[in-house]
Amino acid sequence: MCGPSVARMPHQTDDGSAVPRGRCGAAPAGDGAPRDEHDKAPGPAGNAGNTGNAGNAGDTVPADARGDVACTETASREEFPADGASAADARAERARQTGPRAAADRAVARDALGVGVAVGLSGFAFGVTAAGAGITVAQACALSLFVFTGASQFALVGALAAGGNPLTAAAGAFFLGVRNAFYGLRLSALLRLPGTVRPVAAHWVIDETSLVTLAQPDTRRARLGFTVTGASLFALWNLTTLLGALGAEALGDTEAWGLDAAGPAVFLALLAPMLRERVERAAALLAVVAALALLPVLPAGVPVLVAALAAPVALFALGRSAAPGNDAGPAGGRTDDEASAGPAGGDESEEER
Amino acid sequence: MSVWIAIGVTAVGCYLAKLLGLSVPAGVLERPVAKRLAALVPVALLAALTAQQTFADEVRLVLDARAAGVAAAAVALLLRAPFLAVVAAAVLVTAGVRALA
Repeated sequence: MCGPSVARMPHQTDDGSAVPRGRCGAAPAGDGAPRDEHDKAPGPAGNAGNTGNAGNAGDTVPADARGDVACTETASREEFPADGASAADARAERARQTGPRAAADRAVARDALGVGVAVGLSGFAFGVTAAGAGITVAQACALSLFVFTGASQFALVGALAAGGNPLTAAAGAFFLGVRNAFYGLRLSALLRLPGTVRPVAAHWVIDETSLVTLAQPDTRRARLGFTVTGASLFALWNLTTLLGALGAEALGDTEAWGLDAAGPAVFLALLAPMLRERVERAAALLAVVAALALLPVLPAGVPVLVAALAAPVALFALGRSAAPGNDAGPAGGRTDDEASAGPAGGDESEEER
Repeated sequence: MSVWIAIGVTAVGCYLAKLLGLSVPAGVLERPVAKRLAALVPVALLAALTAQQTFADEVRLVLDARAAGVAAAAVALLLRAPFLAVVAAAVLVTAGVRALA
């Protein structure tokens, strides 16, 4: 939704701990089970009194296997995925060492709640922007309740404020929301939702819930992360939308307060972490030029839709060879690349950084 | 009324996109070009929207206090400010420039 506060793209750790232990041949039978099971019934060398071992996986390797050089190496190599993983994973790992799976669950819930609260508060910005765009409080709340995907909501109120045709405005908002379908594709394999739950869960498939969920190593924790992020974000986003819209109405002239700059600032904040590669920057630059050049000649809202064609143009001009490694998507991490991105000079140059 | 129509169409469209992703069998939309395009279209849309909402006055291009505010937001982003601080920077600078003008 408002992805930038999700600071880093979580790397999915490969939970391969069962493989090396199996290869060592010294693990107790129960130890080969997935972590989910393992948490329920820790092996004999598992959690009890083994705090001296700093390795994330090493503490579950039975003592009689420790002398085995190959096995020790494998165990220490297993630490690397956790080192490179997100804070969520690291905390989940620590929790796993010290307690039963309830502790790991708490870590997942805590991280999910952190994302939900931080991003949920951004509903203030939406409520204020919507009110400044001439949208009623009820309409702003309806958008947050029923659309519930931030970029689309901002785009819709911006297009309507600019005098766009409602269907043109809706088309722009819809195209921004299409990326959630690609999140859903990746989530369905992890969440494995029953058919009856799917229509309800679908409403919460957005940037933030996807990033939290995809960082989880198993279905149970994925479901927990998805539910906690979705519930906290949905509740707060709607509450702060209402408060922001009411507050902006009380302020009166929102332009005098500079609130008409909130919308483009939100878009820029959403855009910045996406500008990691040449293709993305080329598409953004082309879209800026097209949108501004076509503004005087096409009906309101249409230039933005035409500017979306910058995506396929940039992709086929220079992007097909680039690795699609960042497919976890738009709300990913900020990178140092932003600092060096974009051509300098010109009034629009700040859009490109 | 037309605003409610736009809200309704957007809500239905966005919901169906979410549901479609959760419902189709894995692999159908997993082609690399489709994934790249799905990631790139929001980039183009957001860039166009940023530019337009910064420089557009109805159908004219103008350079006003908003440009200063959005520039402040860009600086805040480069300084890794949190999301709400980025928005706050834009709002405060825009209001400040208008107050001085």
